[in-house]
This record gives sequence, structure tokens and C-alpha cells, in this order.
Amino acid sequence: MFSSFKRIIKTGWRSFSRNIGLSIATILIMVMVISLATLLFLLNPASKILISSLQEKVDISVYFREDALLGDIQEVELEISRIPEVKNIEYVSREQALEKFIEKHKEDPVLMESLTEIGYNPFLASLNIKAWQISQYEQVANFLETGPFKNLIDKVDYHQRKPVIEKVFSIISGINKVGIFFSIIFGAIAILIAFNAIKIAIYNSSEEISIMRLVGASNSFARGPFLIQGAIVGFIATLITLIITFGICYGFDSKIRAIAPELSIFGLFLSNFWALILIQLATGIGLGVFSSFIAVRKYLRI
Amino acid sequence: MLSIQNISKIYPSHSSGKPTVALDNVSFKIDGKEFVSIVGKSGAGKTTLLKLILAEEKPTQGQIFFDGQDVHKIKKTQLSQLRQRIGTVFQDYKLFPSKTTYENIAYVMEVMGVAEKEIQRDVPQVLELVGLIDRADNFPNELSGGEKQRVTIARAFIHRPDVILADEPTGNLDPYHTLDIIQLLVKIYELGTTVILSTHDKGIINSLGKRVITLDQGKIIRDEKRGRFIL
Repeated sequence: MFSSFKRIIKTGWRSFSRNIGLSIATILIMVMVISLATLLFLLNPASKILISSLQEKVDISVYFREDALLGDIQEVELEISRIPEVKNIEYVSREQALEKFIEKHKEDPVLMESLTEIGYNPFLASLNIKAWQISQYEQVANFLETGPFKNLIDKVDYHQRKPVIEKVFSIISGINKVGIFFSIIFGAIAILIAFNAIKIAIYNSSEEISIMRLVGASNSFARGPFLIQGAIVGFIATLITLIITFGICYGFDSKIRAIAPELSIFGLFLSNFWALILIQLATGIGLGVFSSFIAVRKYLRI
Repeated sequence: MLSIQNISKIYPSHSSGKPTVALDNVSFKIDGKEFVSIVGKSGAGKTTLLKLILAEEKPTQGQIFFDGQDVHKIKKTQLSQLRQRIGTVFQDYKLFPSKTTYENIAYVMEVMGVAEKEIQRDVPQVLELVGLIDRADNFPNELSGGEKQRVTIARAFIHRPDVILADEPTGNLDPYHTLDIIQLLVKIYELGTTVILSTHDKGIINSLGKRVITLDQGKIIRDEKRGRFIL
């Protein structure tokens, strides 16, 4: 049993090295396939980071009437924090709102003059609310506008921000849908390319497989070396792809961060390193062995 | 040992023409160690008969028994064991192109799970017997037709099978190499292996003086103990 296995490995390696031209061609195709799988794998967390940074930028504010007391506002804050859809609440007092306005517009003399002419702090105290999901803002706004403390509230700016929120929501759902669509399409293409590359390589050996059967080789003894060859091709292709992935992630990290500061592809590479290796090995060796298994089967019927 | 019982093989026509009858109700027996020549014109059914014995093809009708076992009822997983008891010499050699002479011969022993030491001992001996010890490391494309055929004989004989099927082994060879190959097959027979030789070479048959089964249009027309080539 063990000596048979040893012979299968030896024969597989010998076939691989003696048909080096064909082996290299198959490896290159497998590199493309594994790269595609790697891209799909890394796009998922990358799009999540982009989506969450987009979501972080969205919030709604509840402005309280001028006569609302701090204690009442704190009570409202406590009530809102109990809503499961709410992720985070930040209280901004009238003074803080004024400070923020001054800080933001200190270079604008017209606005600064207008503020001085008014002669008092025109800003209202507010609560900035972030929900877990963009789709939950409407629920939160409805709760505030119809809740028991609606008399304390001057306005909720949800309806004002609704078009922006809906736009962000549609972009995110678009990214998700396109991601799923391309994952399925590219996944199918990757499998087909790998299968056909190996099928062509094995077609070259179809006569050899028939001879193996005719001189008394069992199916497993005849098939074994081709599975080993498929595994070797997959393994080498995985190593090459891993090096390429490292190079791209390392080399392009700063350039991508210049466009999307929250997205570090080298960080993604490092934090998903083992999962990435697993995906690449599964794609490379798995597809290599599986495709070989299916392609050889046809010629074993003799 | 080998019993062919009412074997017929009809190939259906792919066009609308008549089906081809390759073998028509063929029966004969081979008991013990024999050198049997199957002769006939091209298309008489010689190759089909050998393919049926090797279970490479299924008969349309009839049975073939090898040591009491119907070779076409053997499970696919056990077919390899039957084939390990038969050595085959093909007209077109059927050597593994990416294996050396040594590896081509050793492969059959590897298939049978023979230990590496035994392989290293036996393969050079057989290479010596077929006069190819100097060609052990050559690939098939580096060998002449006669040398290739000697490799296939060595491969067919290395594991001491019960029967050797030789399908027109001299079909592609010149007279000098033809004699060489036939002498090898006779030597193998004398060492105790049954040889079934299919050929349409009159000179070979007449010089052998052994059993001859003559096929014509898929039928046995003659089966003689010390036969001659008569058609």
C-alpha cells in the first residue's frame, strides 16, 4: 500500500518534470485562476471597510428647543440609547455647537460678522445619532418624532438628510449586488478555465492511460500520478500567486491609501494571511486534483 | 485454461450501411502451455478476437473463460488482476512515450506491487534476454521499430504471465527483425508461457510448425495441431 503510494508520487513527479513545457503552461493558467480567487477573497473585506466608512459618515441629529433642560435632554438620550437600532449617541450642547461653528467658519468674515450682529448663541443643543444600518434611520426618526418627548424636540433632520442617506444606501446595496454577481461569474470562469487547462493536459496522455489499463493497472494506480501532477501544479501555482499577491499588496498599499485612507490592502493581506493561503491552496490544489480526477475518468473506461 | 465459446462480435454501422461482422460464432480451447497462431487476411477478425480476450471490448454474443472465469463478467475493479495474468504485445507497440525502456518494463511490475529490489534484479535480466541492456535509459522515440517491439515483448513477459497475446507483432518490421521477434516469442513459450500469436505472415507460420487457427470473414475455417498457412 505504502510502496504503491510512493510509486504513484514518484511517477506523478516524473511526468510533471518530463512534460515541463505543458506543466509550466498549466501552472500559468492556474496562477490566473488562483489570482482571480484571491481577488474575490480580498474584495470582500475591502468592500466591507469601504461600506463601513461610508456608513460612518451618515448620522441624524435631533435638535432640542431652546428651553429644554439638560436633565430632560439626558433623559431623552437614555431613552434613545435603549433603542436596539441605535449604535452611538453624542450630545452636543449649545456652546459646543457654537464653538464648532466658529472653528469651522473662522476664515469667513461674513458669517462671523452675522454671528456677532445676532448678539446671542443661535445654536440648539442636539443629539447626533448613528444607527447600525442605514435602513434603520427612518425607524429612529419616527420614534423621535412621535415619542413621548416630542414636545422637547425642535426638529429631527432626517427628512432633510433623507436623499443623501438613501443615496448612500443604494450605493452600498449596489456594491453588494455587483460583488455577488461578479463573485459568481468569476468563480465559474475560474473553475472552467482550470478544468479545461487540466483536461487538455490530460488529453495529451489519454493514450498512455489506456495502455496503463491494458497492462493491468488498477484505476487508482493509473489515476494516482495525474492527481499528484494536478496537486503539484496547484501547489506551485499557489506559491507563485502568493508571492505576486504579497508584491501587489505591499507595492500598491500607499497608493490605494492615498485614494481611500481607511483601506490598507497590505494590512488586509497580513490580517487574512492564513485564510488567504488556505483559499489559494484549496483553489490551486483542490481544482488541480478535482479537474484531474474528472478528466482522467473518461480514459479509464477501457 | 482459455475457452472461447460461440463468440460473435458485430460492429453497428455508423452510416445507414450494413453492420460489420468481425467474428461469427467462434469457439476453441487452449489447454495448458501452447503456442497458437491465429492467421487470416486483414479484417478476418484476429485483432478483435485478441481484444475480446483482453476484455478491451465486449462480445455481441458468447463467452470467454480464463481459468473458468468469464472475462466479461469480471467486475471492473478485478479486471486489472486478470490483465496482470496476460502479457500483451501490440502491433503499434503502445509504449509509454515519457518513460525510458527500463521504466516501461518496470511499470508492469510496479502495477503488481513487486518490491523495488526484485524489479531492479529482473528488469536488467529481461533486457539482456531481448538484447536491449544498452538501451535501458532511452525513450521510445530514440528506438528503432525492432527495438520498440522487443521492449513490448519484454514488458509483456517481465511478470511471467500465463498467456502472451501478440497482435501482429511483426507487422511493422523488416524480415530480419521479424525473425528476431518470432525467435523471442518461441523462447518465451519454451520457458513455459502460452503464446497466442496473430499474424498474416505466411513464412512465420510455416516455419513454426505449431497449432494454427485460421480465420476467414470472422469464422474459423481450420484448426490444426501442426498447421500451415493455407488461405
